[in-house]
Amino acid sequence: MIRLEALTKRFADAAAPAVDALSLDIGEGEICVLIGPSGCGKTTTMRMINRLIEPDAGRILIGGRDVTGEDPVTLRRSVGYVIQQVGLFPHMTIAENVATVPRLLGWDAARIARRVDELLERVHMDPARYRDRYPRALSGGQKQRVGVARALAADPPVMLMDEPFGALDPLTRTALQDEFLRILRELKKTIVFVTHDMDEALKMGTRIALLRAGRLVQYARPEAMLARPADDFVREFVGADRALKRLALLRTGDHATPGAPSGPLPRVRSDASLREALAALLDADADTATVIDTHGAAVATITLAAIRGVAGAANDPA
Amino acid sequence: MLADAWNYVLAHPAQFATAFYVHVALSGAALALAAALAIPAGIAAARTPRVALAAVGAANIGRTLPSLAVLALVMPLLGTGFAPSLFALTLLGLPPILLNTIAGLQGVDPDVVDAARGMGMAPRTVLTRVELPLAMPVMFAGLRTAAVQVISGAVLAAFIGGGGLGDFITAGIAMMAWPQILVGAIPVTLLALGTDFAFGRVQRRLTPAGLRAP
Repeated sequence: MIRLEALTKRFADAAAPAVDALSLDIGEGEICVLIGPSGCGKTTTMRMINRLIEPDAGRILIGGRDVTGEDPVTLRRSVGYVIQQVGLFPHMTIAENVATVPRLLGWDAARIARRVDELLERVHMDPARYRDRYPRALSGGQKQRVGVARALAADPPVMLMDEPFGALDPLTRTALQDEFLRILRELKKTIVFVTHDMDEALKMGTRIALLRAGRLVQYARPEAMLARPADDFVREFVGADRALKRLALLRTGDHATPGAPSGPLPRVRSDASLREALAALLDADADTATVIDTHGAAVATITLAAIRGVAGAANDPA
Repeated sequence: MLADAWNYVLAHPAQFATAFYVHVALSGAALALAAALAIPAGIAAARTPRVALAAVGAANIGRTLPSLAVLALVMPLLGTGFAPSLFALTLLGLPPILLNTIAGLQGVDPDVVDAARGMGMAPRTVLTRVELPLAMPVMFAGLRTAAVQVISGAVLAAFIGGGGLGDFITAGIAMMAWPQILVGAIPVTLLALGTDFAFGRVQRRLTPAGLRAP
């Protein structure tokens, strides 16, 4: 869906390029997380996709179309854009903010009004209550809900999100991550998501692109990046607890042995993560736990040894 | 003394009316000219930080020049009368409008401008729909300052034959006639205060609802 070919950007006052011949293929419906230490070029890469920064060399293709030569203003209307500080227009109502791109595209008033209400409902902001309010009256989390609604307004196939939850408190951040993950999956958007937080990357990403000094170090699915870090830099970046992080990504049901055991054992839902299963086993000081399905019926067994086996695989330098 | 001043006005109604009219016309025209020059210049300057810095420097120098010195400089070049007075008063009105236009635009949250561009607003649309409405309160405050300065500064036009209420003041000073000085001074003061008040009301109205104090 999005294809970057040898994308390069060197800023006038810098010795080294900010982005150095970066190539990346992002499939339709993927959430591609760009991550890396500050100055690695992740934000520059994202801002080149909607040409807020003009690349010095290389090509950007969206849906097979080379957009490097397109009018940037037209291009941006078909690419959703969400930033950390939200950037709502303080002099416009919530409805007017959400209506920005439809207005630019010349939709009629009735269609815009319908779309605004539909989007506000989708991000759980009661339209009747919030439509005519101004951004000043909203909390940080509510502002970003409106920010995402505004980016979704004209139903763009591609969305760019630059640390959208970075300025929120941890509780609000987790709630919004869960909610938007659900919304974005429903809408099947292709997303480029910039963050510096590995936990957020593992949670939100279907693929993670780890950048360093403007170059791609590793591009892999979250689980694969934890299991097989490409080099010491990746290993260090994902953290010493990557075995635990990996367990958090795996479903207990996928690693359990069919057949219900007998006796009083701790119970773990099959859709719980292996990390939760491990916690239950440690809590109960047990070697074996009963895996139950969503109806509460015992269907399988998970053992400490099985979990250790999965976790150990992550620690083998591949 | 106030009664003497009032009697003076009653004795010379046509002369007072003309002076009042010239004063208002001179100030109004100077303010309009200053705004027509300084607002576009401020918008252009605010785009480039280096140009903005130079413009702010120049405006600040312009602001420290005494109005009388401006008149003294204008007279040998342009002579006396309405036009040179208008020129001098326009110069007087430029700095506050220019400074506040630049300050207003530079005060707009860069994240808001980034969001506007990122969503596909053309540069002109970003200016008219986002930057100018948000800068409006600060810009209008500059216009308000300029209006008060130009109205009180217009008194000095009498020195170069520009007419206006300053005529009574200069004549009164020459003859040590206090009532006549007041015939000029009181209306100018009221005019300046009234304009400041009226512009203040407009300024509040022009402040977008989302920015007003709740």
